[in-house]
Amino acid sequence: MKLIYGLILTALMALPARAEVNIQSVESPGGLTAWLVEDHSIPFVALELRFRGGASLDRPGKRGSVNLMTALLEEGAGDMDSRAFSKASEALATSFGFDASRDDVSVSARFLTENRAPSVALLRAALTEPLFDEASIERVRGQVLSIIQSDAKDPDDIASETFDRIAYGDHPYASSLNGTLDSVAALTRDDLVAARKDVMARDRVYIGAVGDITPEELGALIDELLGDLPETGAPMPPRADVTIPGGVTVVDFPTPQSVAVFGQKGIAQDDPDFFAALLLNHVLGGGSFESRLMNEVREKRGLTYGVYSYLVARDLAEVYMGSVSSSNDRIAEAIEVIRAEWAKAAENGITQEELDAAKTYITGAYPLRFDGNAPIANILVGMQLLGLPIDYIATRNDKVEAVTLADVKRVAGELLNPEGLQFVVVGQPEGLQSTTSN
Amino acid sequence: MKRLQLLGAVAALLLPGLAQARDNEAVTTFTLDNGMDVVVVEDHRAPVVQQMVWYRAGSADEPKGSSGVAHFLEHLLFKATDKLESGEFSATVAANGGRDNAFTSYDYTAYHQRVAADRLELMMEMESDRMRNIRLTPENIATERDVIIEERNQRTESNPGALMSEQMNAAQYLNHRYGSPVIGWMHEMEALDLDDALAFYKTYYSPNNAILVVSGDVQPDAVRALAEKYYGVIPANPDLPERLRTQEPPQTAERRLIFRDARVAQPYVSRSYLAPERDPGAQEEAAALTLLAEILGGGTTSFLAEKLQFDQQIVTYSGAFYRGASLDDTTFDLVVVPAAGVSLREAEDAMDKALADFMETGVDAEQLDRIKLQIRANQIYARDDADSVANRYGQALAIGLSVEDVQNWPDVLEAVTADDIMAAARSVFDKRQSVTGWLMKPEVTQ
Repeated sequence: MKLIYGLILTALMALPARAEVNIQSVESPGGLTAWLVEDHSIPFVALELRFRGGASLDRPGKRGSVNLMTALLEEGAGDMDSRAFSKASEALATSFGFDASRDDVSVSARFLTENRAPSVALLRAALTEPLFDEASIERVRGQVLSIIQSDAKDPDDIASETFDRIAYGDHPYASSLNGTLDSVAALTRDDLVAARKDVMARDRVYIGAVGDITPEELGALIDELLGDLPETGAPMPPRADVTIPGGVTVVDFPTPQSVAVFGQKGIAQDDPDFFAALLLNHVLGGGSFESRLMNEVREKRGLTYGVYSYLVARDLAEVYMGSVSSSNDRIAEAIEVIRAEWAKAAENGITQEELDAAKTYITGAYPLRFDGNAPIANILVGMQLLGLPIDYIATRNDKVEAVTLADVKRVAGELLNPEGLQFVVVGQPEGLQSTTSN
Repeated sequence: MKRLQLLGAVAALLLPGLAQARDNEAVTTFTLDNGMDVVVVEDHRAPVVQQMVWYRAGSADEPKGSSGVAHFLEHLLFKATDKLESGEFSATVAANGGRDNAFTSYDYTAYHQRVAADRLELMMEMESDRMRNIRLTPENIATERDVIIEERNQRTESNPGALMSEQMNAAQYLNHRYGSPVIGWMHEMEALDLDDALAFYKTYYSPNNAILVVSGDVQPDAVRALAEKYYGVIPANPDLPERLRTQEPPQTAERRLIFRDARVAQPYVSRSYLAPERDPGAQEEAAALTLLAEILGGGTTSFLAEKLQFDQQIVTYSGAFYRGASLDDTTFDLVVVPAAGVSLREAEDAMDKALADFMETGVDAEQLDRIKLQIRANQIYARDDADSVANRYGQALAIGLSVEDVQNWPDVLEAVTADDIMAAARSVFDKRQSVTGWLMKPEVTQ
């Protein structure tokens, strides 16, 4: 019966699913470019905006200012205070999300076709006339301070923040974008106004829209939305100099299960070897239940609920990261197994069978991402941020297919560095000592 | 303030158009001869399909002393069957570009895969196979038991809030299995064995205790043909037990507990009240409680946020939650996170004072209109996510609701009046049926 599954598989693989995604580039009369997928089957539009730079544009000594500014965008604008703004948004059944990350500030909106004009007017007010009133600043500042305090007691956050401190030197990537208790306590309204000017400018905005809207309507919409923003913002931060010593850093924390993050230098998304690295990682630790790490650490030994590795290609640095959690008395063994798998793959690469399975997964999973207006709008802005061509979706799987076993073996040898792998372990692990300071 | 009134007027005009939104939901339902229910949710915009199989069996159906066995079995269904090697199920899904997983709750266990639409048959072939044919070894049991223990470590033991919530549930339910955690108590998990897992499997895994939900780029007729071919041939289990559980006695004493943990960064107050759930053909009170939770704690315009976060600024967060999709009595929950320098006692008193004020002033008509408008709009937005529609049906059918109950739910919500909401509030806010928990740092000894 196993054979029959094999036959079905082979037959199906001849017909890979293709996503029909027709992207139009829309030039607004005011000179902004947006990517659009027009689909009138449901009467609403999903809109995604990204302002490149994000929290890495925090000014010196003002860590947390972009994050706090972004959180305040939904707290009142124009002649509406925070509560009036929320009520107006509810009365239109629209929803806005504002979020700061290390590389961008994102604005996610959805609105019903029949409410488009008042919804856009409301979002425009949030982007161009936010109130930043004293009461809202204090209220949201309190929330951010509470998050910072919680993160300080959360093993996952402690591990990530410790790793970043080790890896990124004096770059903004080295610290949490939330800021510290001290830096956030000291932020003033002027700091928030400055942060908004630094980040929210027309020279760094990327736009994706999907749904019930024509190109002409979208052009007019983005001019109304973004026409009043300043032309330029702050200069982009420099690239980060990634220095990962390799070894183990233990952060003592009283909890029964240790959390570990691990990482080494990574690979850029525009590197010619990126897809070989992507396939390699899928086999090593990216492929959920089927990866070597999952198989060795969870399936064979029951040392963890989950172990994963992932390529992190940020705007200003690349790292190759992973994570695992195990009881304090078992984490040392989990780490030993992970290191051994890292070394094994570095030396021998992967097998043809593994490569084929990884290719089928990665090419087959790609069309499944395009399954709703909001997910597609997200992909559209992501592609623009990476500088990908507008026809990329149609060619991407060919790039995956073109990778050979020899490519992966070479890239595994060049990329994977078992000695350079740095573990940060938070907990009270037995049989593990710090080899590197944090 | 003017602008706000204008927007309110716009909203009122919108209501008639939005009322038809639900008619566009492309849902087909039928039942196979062996009793297996089937729901098909069509969405032809992307060549994707999701298959889910829900079993009407969750942690609250477990035998006493075997807490966690429903979830343990869920893990074990990814091991070998007569036809597949251990791990081959997920490997085959992945080799087809898909993802699969499963989840367990109090009232159900569900397995799901998401793949290209032309791979549905293979998914059904494999999923129907493991409904009856798993083959477990002692090694599977030993290793996977370690995995679920690590899962409990990760989800619960590492999280003071989760640990307190477990204690609160245990205090809330005097006689019902909802008082035991889905993942299980650690000491009972450590003792789970092959016989426990197989006994649960044989009792509950059968087509007459399952619901197939397929969503995405599929035609109902084609799904029916495949379902008959793969699931229709499995005989119904004639010995499927009736779903009877021990019920709660009258609850007559308010319960309070304090949970202390050195890892607590942000203390808070949590309160749960025993509350009725959605019942087949009788969802009115649950609908009123659903709206009550929105009104009291559904966001920054809610009553508690207004009073406690904006006016008094005594808490940094407040919320109200109600989960009506439950087979037996559920809970209505409140939480407040005190602002810096505010004690838990002060925060709780402020919460109780706000509740008392709400019982005096009643429902704000404009707020209720806005919430109902959003409910209608969400039916449009939901069409962008066929999988969430699928989830809604699977969950409802798994807790004993009918397809009609699911389809009537928006109308039942729509029909709720301010008086209904206040009546539900008077009934649910009975301290004798409540548990109040304080999550705190350890006491500092002088």
